Amino acid sequence: MAVFKPILTRYIHRKDSHTLSGYKNVGGYKALEKMFKTMAPDEVIEEVKASNLRGRGGAGFPTGVKWGFIPKDSQKPTYLICNADEGEPGTFKDRLLLSKAPHMMLEGMIISSFAIDCHLAFIYIRGEFYQEYKVLEKAVEEAYAANFLGKDILGSGFDLDVVIHRGAGAYICGEEMGLIESLEGKRGWPRIKPPFPAVEGYLMCPTIVNNVETLACLPHILNRGADWFKSIGSEKGSGPKLYCISGRVNNPGVYEEPLGILLTDLIFKRGRGLIDGRELKAVFPGGSSSAILRADEIDGLQMDFDSLSAAKTMLGSAGVIVMDETVDMVSVCLNIARFYEHESCGQCTPCREGTTWLVKILNRIYQGKGSLNDIDMIFEITDNIGGLIDPEASGGSFGKTICPFGEAVAWPIRSFVEKFEEEFIAYVEKGVDVS
Amino acid sequence: MNSVGDGQLTFQFSAAERVEQILSQYPDKRSATLPLLHLAQEQVGYLTSAAIETVAELVEVHPGEIMDTVSFYTMFYTKPKGRNHIQVCQTLSCSLNGADSLVDHISEKYKIAPGEVSQDGKISLVKVECLGSCDTAPVIRINDSYYEGMTVEKFDKIVESF
Ligand SMILES: Cc1cc2nc3c(=O)[nH]c(=O)nc-3n(C[C@H](O)[C@H](O)[C@H](O)COP(=O)(O)O)c2cc1C
Ligand code: SF4
Ligand code: FES
Repeated sequence: MAVFKPILTRYIHRKDSHTLSGYKNVGGYKALEKMFKTMAPDEVIEEVKASNLRGRGGAGFPTGVKWGFIPKDSQKPTYLICNADEGEPGTFKDRLLLSKAPHMMLEGMIISSFAIDCHLAFIYIRGEFYQEYKVLEKAVEEAYAANFLGKDILGSGFDLDVVIHRGAGAYICGEEMGLIESLEGKRGWPRIKPPFPAVEGYLMCPTIVNNVETLACLPHILNRGADWFKSIGSEKGSGPKLYCISGRVNNPGVYEEPLGILLTDLIFKRGRGLIDGRELKAVFPGGSSSAILRADEIDGLQMDFDSLSAAKTMLGSAGVIVMDETVDMVSVCLNIARFYEHESCGQCTPCREGTTWLVKILNRIYQGKGSLNDIDMIFEITDNIGGLIDPEASGGSFGKTICPFGEAVAWPIRSFVEKFEEEFIAYVEKGVDVS
Repeated sequence: MNSVGDGQLTFQFSAAERVEQILSQYPDKRSATLPLLHLAQEQVGYLTSAAIETVAELVEVHPGEIMDTVSFYTMFYTKPKGRNHIQVCQTLSCSLNGADSLVDHISEKYKIAPGEVSQDGKISLVKVECLGSCDTAPVIRINDSYYEGMTVEKFDKIVESF
């Protein structure tokens, strides 16, 4: 196979990569010109469908198919929201694009808006990303001045306004329905789906929510064609992907590789292995909402949507968090449970109560005051919040909560206890007191 | 409504044009809630009940609803923060790389527990969740800026200038 050359991050090391001139110097906004000259909105949707692009925000839903869900006969306006809320622990790829390639994402937003007939688009950026917000503000200003935004863009007759909207510190606002509620000025309480946002989203109008990285892929698809995009990666997933590696590795960072790269290559080649030459113990392959994998489960494992769901975990946000042999699994499990307890929006009883109980129980075990019964309780609670990890064994008992946050807590917590039960038992039996 | 009880009775946006601009960006008024709250907080340092009432009036909903929104988000404060508001990430990648000892160090240095403000009002400390910069763990945020790859020594250097 030919050596892969980065596509999304190819020029980000240039000092001016975030500016309009920097982006134009490397072919930026060419896709837009081509689109306005040669394509109808439906053709853009077809091209994106043919490219096999799947959403990079976590769920991996085919982007073109999602766009196609907008009701054809709708009399209401359509909205696009770029999801830049990036809050999944272990994930920091969108931040890189926002600060280094904001125009690539904007060009993608314009393409998407044209395809879905949207004239007002939003960028929902997490509140903490203040510096990135400033970069983005400047980029939007430049795009207006160059008539890539505003009225009659490049003489095409197409109008588009873009508004940057800052969040205010709530992980759940990354979930598309929580995000929409938050944009409407309310607490970020997800709504029950269906109806999906493509039918009833922002202000009850058809709304498409797409991740920053998903949108940044679009100019490249229009420039070089769906077939080219599809040729990158494997049948199980196409295109370039930004992987985040953090935790106990020598070379943490964001790495662009084709979908389907080996997890071991990411950890040992790009991440240059573990700190102090330690042994690998376990890894989150796709942010803290993915079930962990033990070191003996990762040989030959490819980082794409289907391979990881076959391994009973998920690609999620592609946030790889590496844990070495010295890491205490009970304390990590507690750290993660505490995160979810704090971030639960509190709307559904199993999630609100369940996360509180999990933290209590895990704290008890961690302090050496737990019992074997507590370990069973963890299984029971996680099953109540989010169904079983095994889709078959669960008999389809998914969706016990309003939003997928329930599974995002249940699966990883359960995976810790399932895969490292002996460590939990040791805490209980020895009554280890580390506090 | 005086649920905040801060004693500051009046509030007026100093940037009237910015308020108009924010309101004009959205198809409905209420969507301007978060940006207006951010703006008010930038002006006063936290959200007084008078500021909340002003926002409520502008977006035409009951102040109680704005209060409800405010209470949901960790970045909105109804009490004064320190002039240097230190936010330490405590989530996994930062915790695996020494975030806990940073919290201990800062607590000890300023004699404040997480959630408190120092007596001179100079420093406040909070623990926060993943800041989206895990490759440079441990990470802290002071006011609006990130400080990455933190160590106790680096921290002491940074705060010398405060
Ligand atoms: C709890 C939770 C948090 C999420 N956080 C994010 C996020 O920070 N950024 C993001 O793009 N998607 C996030 N998602 C996924 C979104 O709901 C949505 O699927 C995504 O933005 C769609 O964009 P895509 O199709 O381009 O991937 C989250 C989902 C859940 C359940
Ligand atoms: S699952 Fe949790 S986060 Fe999602 S809506 Fe229910 S309570 Fe809120
Ligand atoms: S865990 Fe600290 S920035 Fe992500």
